[in-house]
Amino acid sequence: MGMNCIVYMGEKDVERQAPNVQRMLMLGATVVPVTSGSRTLKDATNEAIRHWINHPESYYLIGSVVGPHPYPKIVAHFQSVIARETEQQLLEKTGYNIPSKVIACVGGGSNAAGAFYTFYDFPPVELIAVEAAGHGIHSGKSAATSVLGTPGVLHGSLTLLMQDEDGQVTEPHSISAGLDYPGIGPLHAHTISEGRVSAISVTDEEALAAALECSRLEGIIPALESAHALAALKHIDLKPEEGVVVCLSGRGDKDMNTYQQQLVV
Amino acid sequence: MNPFHSTKKQVSIFVTAGFPERDSLTTLLPRLQQRGVDFIEIGIPFSDPMADGPVIQETSTVALKNGMTLGLLFDQLAEIRSSIRIPLVLMGYLNPVLQYGMEHFLQRCSELHIASVILPDMSPEIYERFYRSSFERFGVHPTFIVTPTTPDERVQQIAETCSGSFVYLVGQSSVTGKGYSIGEAQQQRFAELKQLCRATPLFLGFGIDSQEKKQQAFQFCDGAIVGSAFLKAVGNKTDQAFLEELLM
Repeated sequence: MGMNCIVYMGEKDVERQAPNVQRMLMLGATVVPVTSGSRTLKDATNEAIRHWINHPESYYLIGSVVGPHPYPKIVAHFQSVIARETEQQLLEKTGYNIPSKVIACVGGGSNAAGAFYTFYDFPPVELIAVEAAGHGIHSGKSAATSVLGTPGVLHGSLTLLMQDEDGQVTEPHSISAGLDYPGIGPLHAHTISEGRVSAISVTDEEALAAALECSRLEGIIPALESAHALAALKHIDLKPEEGVVVCLSGRGDKDMNTYQQQLVV
Repeated sequence: MNPFHSTKKQVSIFVTAGFPERDSLTTLLPRLQQRGVDFIEIGIPFSDPMADGPVIQETSTVALKNGMTLGLLFDQLAEIRSSIRIPLVLMGYLNPVLQYGMEHFLQRCSELHIASVILPDMSPEIYERFYRSSFERFGVHPTFIVTPTTPDERVQQIAETCSGSFVYLVGQSSVTGKGYSIGEAQQQRFAELKQLCRATPLFLGFGIDSQEKKQQAFQFCDGAIVGSAFLKAVGNKTDQAFLEELLM
């Protein structure tokens, strides 16, 4: 289409996800490392919005379900392919008509929005969002927004936000680049507050252990984000006859650096 | 009566509360008044100032490190309010105001005779739906931003909503502090916008960095607002000379 693509990415995430950056460069994108604030997703979003203000002829896009309407709706719509494929394949592969539980990790929450999409209005399906507890929910190094967050406005939407008493946004922490956002998509804030979705959180350590276990058992190296969803299985009571779906939202290729540093294998 | 109505063209200076020192406001405001500035915009620092360029972002970061808060800002203003005769405007992002409490915020604005409040991430639609009645109850006037690409009808609506204050014209689509030149097409659009605002004053801001740019603003609008260029001068300790030239 002859359209240029500029990707704003926190400097810290550029380092953590170097293979993803290489891919984007190969595909022809310009990648701009963002050095302000915590140098992660929140700051990249600020810079992308500033670019859009400065260049109104450009199109602002975001990969997560955060920000002003209609962005969360657009992203959730496209991600809903996850739920639709789940419905089809579950029956084919397992014989279950519906899952008893759908489990997905949540940073901003795009894969969770997609994985839950067609099940929101179907109460028998339990929906579980897994947040990054980082070093532990109350360690000061966490991204568990549904526990630590209060209603606030950032990036043009009202949602749950990690902030101090003066309304300054606090810096989240997670070992995974996709989960350390100080808010969650407004859709998730709503469905968690209403009780339709339950939120649990797992630590960096638990996620790393789950990634290793999945690799050894299944021969699949999951993304660090998705490893949080897998780690949640240990926190949930499961019955042998249940059909449980865990959304493995990404491959771990991009996280090999972190795995190499963190895991003694 | 609208305090921004004047037959004289206005010059406003934007300062970030808590910059360069936590208590700078208490000396800066009287000094700006004495130098002949017509009104002052006071920025409430925020961790994520989306509409601001690097200069104001940096002042915000410094102010927060200095321990600046909205509550402290009101206390500082209360201390010097009796010596300030020119209108004061507060400008900031919605979240710190919401955490302080919108009603509480408006009450203190009212007590301190704040002439207007600008919250760039509060759209006119959100204002109408959630906050208009509170603003009116406390007698606080909002100001909204337009750009040359804002549709005519929306400019008219905004001018009406801002009839107790002014319309803030951002001369090009940009964050704060980005210089640009005002060409012929822009001049024509500015003149149209001035017409559309009718009796509501129209002030040009964002990227006004020189005496020359101020003069251009005077040609088409009722005044000019200078932020980044002044704060940069404060940082470099050249603000005296900057003001002298600007206010010539």
